[in-house]
Amino acid sequence: MAIRPIEIRPILASLRKHRIPAMLIVLEIALACAVLSNAVFMISKRVSDIRLPNAIDEQGLVAVSLRGTDQKLVGSDIPRNLAALRSIPGVQQAAITNSLPLSRNNWGWGFGVSPDATLSRQKSVNVSLYFIGEGGARTLGLKLLQGRFFNADELGDSKFGKAALPETHAVIMTRQAAQHFWPGQSALGRTIYSRPFYYTVVGVVDNVLRPNVFTQNTEKSYDVLYFPMSAAGSMGALSYYIVRGAPRDRDRIMRDAEQKLAELNPGAVAKGETYLSVRDKYFADMSSMAWMLVLVCVVMLAVTAFGIVGLTSFWVGQRRRQIGIRRAVGATRGQILRYFQTENFLLSAAGVLLGMAFAFAINLYLMQHYEMDRMPWYYLPGGAISLWLLGQLAVLGPARRAAAVPPVVATRSA
Amino acid sequence: MFTYYLDLALRSLRRNKALTALMVLAIALGIGASMTTLTVLHVLSGDPLPGRSGDIYYPQVDPQDLRGMYPSKEPPMQLTLIDGMNLLHAKRADRQALMTGGDVPIQPEQSALDPFYVDARYTTADFFPMFGTPFLYGHGWNAADDEAKTREVVISRELDQKLYGGANSVGRTLRIAGTAFQIVGVLDRWQPNPHFYDLNTGSYAYGEQVFLPLQTMMDLHLNRDGSTDCWGNGGGGTGTILPAASCVWLQFWVQLGNPVKVAAYRQFLVHYSEDQKALGRFQRAPNVRLRNVMQWLDHNGVVPDDVRLQALLAFGFLAVCLVNTVGLMLAKFMRRSGELAVRRALGASRRTLFAQLLVESGVIGLVGGFGGMLLAMLGLWLVRQRSSDYAALAHLDSSMLLTTFLLALCATLLAGLLPAGRACQIAPALQLKSS
Repeated sequence: MAIRPIEIRPILASLRKHRIPAMLIVLEIALACAVLSNAVFMISKRVSDIRLPNAIDEQGLVAVSLRGTDQKLVGSDIPRNLAALRSIPGVQQAAITNSLPLSRNNWGWGFGVSPDATLSRQKSVNVSLYFIGEGGARTLGLKLLQGRFFNADELGDSKFGKAALPETHAVIMTRQAAQHFWPGQSALGRTIYSRPFYYTVVGVVDNVLRPNVFTQNTEKSYDVLYFPMSAAGSMGALSYYIVRGAPRDRDRIMRDAEQKLAELNPGAVAKGETYLSVRDKYFADMSSMAWMLVLVCVVMLAVTAFGIVGLTSFWVGQRRRQIGIRRAVGATRGQILRYFQTENFLLSAAGVLLGMAFAFAINLYLMQHYEMDRMPWYYLPGGAISLWLLGQLAVLGPARRAAAVPPVVATRSA
Repeated sequence: MFTYYLDLALRSLRRNKALTALMVLAIALGIGASMTTLTVLHVLSGDPLPGRSGDIYYPQVDPQDLRGMYPSKEPPMQLTLIDGMNLLHAKRADRQALMTGGDVPIQPEQSALDPFYVDARYTTADFFPMFGTPFLYGHGWNAADDEAKTREVVISRELDQKLYGGANSVGRTLRIAGTAFQIVGVLDRWQPNPHFYDLNTGSYAYGEQVFLPLQTMMDLHLNRDGSTDCWGNGGGGTGTILPAASCVWLQFWVQLGNPVKVAAYRQFLVHYSEDQKALGRFQRAPNVRLRNVMQWLDHNGVVPDDVRLQALLAFGFLAVCLVNTVGLMLAKFMRRSGELAVRRALGASRRTLFAQLLVESGVIGLVGGFGGMLLAMLGLWLVRQRSSDYAALAHLDSSMLLTTFLLALCATLLAGLLPAGRACQIAPALQLKSS
């Protein structure tokens, strides 16, 4: 659309006469622009959280929690239960663990890289601990990047003593945890400490999420350590049976596994869940918040558009005679149409400029009072362009009605 | 006069149905969205113990070693077993209870029922009188039972319903984790929201079904759930192993009837810390806190950030809707300048015109408010379909209902002020001439 300077001056003059309605449109567009860019920013943050990558076999994994077994008998119960699970048709792997990514069941600890490091040292890296029994790494589908998985000796010897850390000396960590302990260096063969315990890194795996993720420092969500654990030494801490099969068998495997464990362990309570539903449950609140934001944005844009339609229609109605006169003295329909479009363009321009300032201020306020990051700059012009387009779309109807005013109106008295 | 204005307003609103509908819809949407989010916020930031919460306090002391210390650092969120027992036995408050959470298997005698797990609270005796829990049958246990580690249990109404069909089960025997317990009381419906006395369980819509003495739980090594924070060489706390001495894992609540007692108790906590330091158990200078229920909830930021953000966003949306309504109302009133000029010429004062126009915007506000209420109910119904722990609590109560209408009415009257004021500025002669 070509805006010739000659067309702007009469528009400005007319807007000066209708100062209040013009200001209202500007204000409405400004508010809508400010709310829209912040809301879209919040939506995109949640969508990226919901999609956080997690390097385990999420599609094929099933977890059954078993509670209420006699803890003195776990040494023989666990191998028997695992054998039964492996006999279910379609099951490729079965193992036992203490917790799963995104299960909210967190075992946290702090480790350092110097021999005098303790749990509560400020320099210590806070990590989440997973304990896995025999076959655990393969059942989860961990992706080995360096080194090896636990060997049979490590898995068989590891046990809990009096502390929450296992009596073993082998650990596998994620790429991200390795990066936090030894930035820019290889972790393989190095040792982490939490007095009096120390563990040597035997393998590095691709990033697996913690049981709870951090929404502000996303990379901290991957500080995860894997420890070996024997069935006999687990002291009842390993209550999740994990089973892996083809994704199409998943739901049936879940039911069969739950039933089998319940049969084998009368008096205990078995509860099965696919890993996908564990993940969905974790992010359910976030996704409903995102949908609510989307809904508010859509409705707000609709209200803004109708407001513009309403006010412009009123203007057109008020100026029917003037339009008629302009038409009678030779203005084309296109010129009338462009007049209203340009008018809206100018109002929207003022609105989005103000709106971008508002949006920036709101983001600053939210950063101060809530867990919110700085909004990347491109959300501001993004919101501005959307409101600009919306304004042009909304004004199209009334402007066409204005253009349709016949020149003969000029001769009639209102 | 008012009814006449009302009649005029209704006539005028009927004359331009599309515009009226647009204004009502904008108000209804804005009010609906803000009331939905405000109600959720209101429910979540409510007082879990109305009338009592001001007297109930959460003492904190700092038993940690010197590593990682810095000034003004908060003491740990919970107590160690030793400190908990010391403070409990000191009996310096009107009432005091030491507690932690967990879950236990219930093994029903009826063969028709499979064993199942329920959430349990392991606590000392004052829990019941201090929090004012309502009893359907029976009563709690007493401090002597705590020390004797009696196998006594208080169950929830829900569990009583499930096991005994709601009959008075006081005196019956219940097998919990392989041990026979005697039921001494059945609680009536009681679920404080937020679950203030232990926020590690999840803050909302969480209720234990079994309450039994803390020392009995330690004696029987029942399963404990919740947060354990250790320092130094502390550890443990896995499954049924109790955490080590240098771990905090217990919540302690006291009842202090007046400000004098609160000040005295704070002093007592400082003295206690000094004594423990003299004994060599504590290493840090006394670092104590004593917050009441609402301060404790506030300190822990119990209301989710997302809920506050939603409310803020909804009010931003309401602002857009209101500006929109102001614009539309202005258009509407200005279009009627001819009619208003006639009324002015016939002798109506500016004030009466103003009143008439405000009645018209008030009508829009009321209708919009009603629509907003319906939309808020729909919105809350949608919230209840979510899986969040607080979803089930989202209901519109009478105070929020009143707020809805007041908000709608005030908002539209406010929105009507400017247009009505502008419309009244009309000089009667000028308008009559031009039209």
